Parts: sequence; structure tokens; C-alpha cells
Amino acid sequence: MRLKYVLNEVLVGLWRNVTMTVAMIITMSVSLTMLGASVLLYMQVDQMKSYYYGEIEVSIFLRTDVTDGQRQEIDSAISSNPLVASQTYETREQALERFKTLWKDSPEFVNSVGPNSLPESFRVKLKNPETYKTFTDQMKGMQGIQDIIDQRALLDKVFNIFNAIQVGALVVAGVMALAALLLVGNTIQVAAYSKRREVAVMKLVGASNWFIQAPFVLEAVVAGLIGALLGFVALFVSKVVLFDNKLQALTTILTPIENGNVWLMLPLLAGVGALVSAVTAWVTLRFYLKV
Amino acid sequence: MADPAGLAFSLHRVDSVPVIQLENVTKTYPKASRPSLDEVSVGIEKGEFVFFIGPSGSGKSTIIKLLLHEVAPTRGKVMVNAKDVTSIRSWKIPHFRRSIGCVFQDFRLLPNRTAYENVAFALEVIGKTKAVSRRVVPEVLELVGLGGKEHRYPHELSGGEQQRVAVARAFVNRPLILLADEPTGNLDPDTSIEIMRLLDRINRTGTTVVMVTHDSNIVNQMRRRVIEIESGRIVRDQARGVYG
Repeated sequence: MRLKYVLNEVLVGLWRNVTMTVAMIITMSVSLTMLGASVLLYMQVDQMKSYYYGEIEVSIFLRTDVTDGQRQEIDSAISSNPLVASQTYETREQALERFKTLWKDSPEFVNSVGPNSLPESFRVKLKNPETYKTFTDQMKGMQGIQDIIDQRALLDKVFNIFNAIQVGALVVAGVMALAALLLVGNTIQVAAYSKRREVAVMKLVGASNWFIQAPFVLEAVVAGLIGALLGFVALFVSKVVLFDNKLQALTTILTPIENGNVWLMLPLLAGVGALVSAVTAWVTLRFYLKV
Repeated sequence: MADPAGLAFSLHRVDSVPVIQLENVTKTYPKASRPSLDEVSVGIEKGEFVFFIGPSGSGKSTIIKLLLHEVAPTRGKVMVNAKDVTSIRSWKIPHFRRSIGCVFQDFRLLPNRTAYENVAFALEVIGKTKAVSRRVVPEVLELVGLGGKEHRYPHELSGGEQQRVAVARAFVNRPLILLADEPTGNLDPDTSIEIMRLLDRINRTGTTVVMVTHDSNIVNQMRRRVIEIESGRIVRDQARGVYG
């Protein structure tokens, strides 16, 4: 009987003020979508870092006028360096081959590059990519080196962009969450006002506090859960539309977003949505019900 | 312990533990220039019928609020059923209130519920099952003289009948104490007398009745204990009193 009573009160409560309920659910779902997107992006960047950092090379490009002796010296300096995991040597011809396959869609561009325009290079994998700086400092004084380029520095630029997007999503999530909180608070106030007679009688005859508050809190929680569900659907749909279709070109750089990670957002969003709504409703009741 | 007189005395003491006791109670509301109640001490025995009378603003209603723990005394002790009301933890107050029934001048019925549902509501929100209310509610509506009108809404009932519903709601849980705050304030004299008969009948079941009123007619007819309050002080406490 009590459960039926409480559930009935929740449904009636949500329906009584349906425009407010809809507004509450929409803001909640937008906020939670942003939160989900931000968390997914965070996981993504993490995953990409571990994937790419394993593949990272330091390229040591040699001058065009490098002598055989200098090349020999550089080679042995690299192989005797304790920071180095492995090394390969790329001739001008190999560099050109790679260049051709990389840009095979623009033959004019490829034709404009002669066999001598690309430098020969050593490709070095470090045991720990973080030691790049030390390694460069040890190498850069040597004769015959044109340039030392760390792919990590390039990647970090990409990751910085992702981080910026992630922070942006978090900020939007925060602002929308604030709006959602105010709406929850307002909805609960309206609900408490429209049930003020019942609440007064309940207090008078000694209904327990939780019994008085439960319908209001559950009302907010149900709205929060619906918002979380919608937010999750939005997240899933945008993942499918954006990454699996429209922006598929990007997936050559991006490691694919796993569906498992997206599913993981459902309990996260539901938990956050329900908890935040419940706490807000409860705090609001403290002020407006004085039970 | 062999002394029979001492035993008799102690028995008497146990027997007369008051169901309500105010000890030097002072209540000053914030921003008020003088206290609503000023060093009030009074004891009410189980099963008594007591009128609190006095002009508006004399502090009568503050006593009701203190007994319900709606407000806390500034100083002094409020004891109900030998328990210090002010020391009850806030989460236990709802449970404490179940031992007190309440009736007001404005009835405070739920307009969208029938007489039966209004009374049943009071039972069901304190966790009683529908089966219990199906058994108990018709009984108590019969007791207050509303047999046959269970399914009327408040707006379909007269003022007197609405107050009977309110009394039924206050009494359905068989409280120790029934507090009535000007219960006849909105009723004509004849209807008022009927409500008083009802309260008297409830009092005869052993329930202590505390009634705050302005109605001199009723006080004079009932000839019960009268406590008169003026400016927050008890100025008269008479066993079979009149309004005076």
C-alpha cells in the first residue's frame, strides 16, 4: 500500500506540472550528454596516448652534404645510447617511396619532389618517450644533423585540442547542470505548494519525515533518470552519426571509440542524474517544507 | 517500607503523574516585546477535560503549539506523558505526535477527499494498512455521528459535520490527548453544543481533552476545569469553573 501510494504520488506529481517536468528533463539530459561526452573524450585521449606513444619515433634528419664518416658516427652514437630501444635507417630512396605512398592521391605533388629533395634519416624509438629532451640534447651537437623531430610534440598539439574540447564540454555540462538544479528546486517548490494541505495534515497526524518527503524526492529522481536515459541516447546517436559515418575520415587518426565505453556512460549518467536530483530535491524540501 | 502510610502515599504519587505538565514555561517569540507565556506551571491529569480561556493574544494557542512541539519553550519544561517534549529528537517528533489528536477552528480537511478518505488518510500516512482503515474508519465515523455520510466531500457537508470529520480524524488513532483549538469558533451555538457533546463522549473513553476557546456559553454549560490566561500568566485555575 505504501509503495503504491508513493508511486502514485510521483506520477501525479510529474503530470501535474508537466511543462516544468519537460523543461527539467531536457536541461538534465543536455547537461548529462555533455558530461558523458567529456568523460568519453577523456577516456579516448587516454587510450590514444597509450596507443600512439608506443609507436612514437624520434626522427633525426641528416644534412644533404653529410659525409659517410659523420653518418657512421651518428649511427654508433645512437646505438650506444642507453635511452634507445631500437633504431632504423631510412635512405633518400626509401623516404621517397614512403612519401609517394603517403600522397598517392596527388600525383602532381609527388612529381614535384625529386629523389634528392627528401633527407635521409635515422628513426629512433626510445625506451621511454618522456626522455626525448635528454636524448635530443645529447645528439644535437653532432656534425651532419639537419634537424631532430619528436612526433610526440606533434601529437601533444592534437591532444591539447582534445583537452580543450573536453574542458569546453565540462563547462557546458556544469552550466546546464546549474540550470537543471534550479529547475528541480523550482519544480519541487511548486509540488510542495500544491500539496501543502496534505503535507500539513501529514505533519499533524505524525507521518514520518521520509514518508512526507519520499514522493517529492522520487519525483525529482524519476525526472533525473529520464533525463539520463535521453542523454545516453543522444550520446549513442551522435557517436554513431559523427564517428561511424560523417567523420569517418578522422578515424584514421582517432582510435575508434569502443561501444563498451559508450555503454559505460549509461550507469554513470543515470547515477549522476538521480543523485543530483535527489540531493537537490531534499535540500529544497528542507527549506520549503520544514518537516 | 513497612509503613503503610508511606506506601499509600507513593501509590498515590504514581497514580497522579500528570499526562501534561508545564514547569515554569516561558515562551518569547523572536522580535516580541513581551513573552507569550510567562513562567507558566500547570499539570493536567489523565482523563481530564480542561478549558484554556482568555482574550486573543493571551498565549492560549502557544500552549497548543508547545504541546505539539511546533515551537520550543524559551525556558522551562514541557512534559507530555512523563516525557520532556523538548528533549525528543527531531526525527522522533512525528512518532510522538501520533499520541496527540488535533482539531482546529478551520477543520483542515482535504477538499478533494471524502469524509471516509480524510479519516483513512490520517491512518494510512502513519503506515496503517487499508485493511485496518476499512475496519476502523466506519466505526469512528459512526461514533461522531456521520454514519451514512462517509462518501460525502467536505463541501457537501455542513460546518458541524465537517468538524465531526475532523474530530474523527483526530480520534481515529486513539490518541492519549485531544487538543482542540477553538473548535467551535466557526459554528453556530446549537452546532457548537453538539460538537461539545461529541468531545465529552470522547473524554469519557479516557482521552484527555484540552480545549482552547473564547466561547463563554460553552464553558459555562460544561462546568469543567477552567484555566484562564491573561498576558501570558495563569490568573485562574478552577475545578468546575465558568467563563467569568
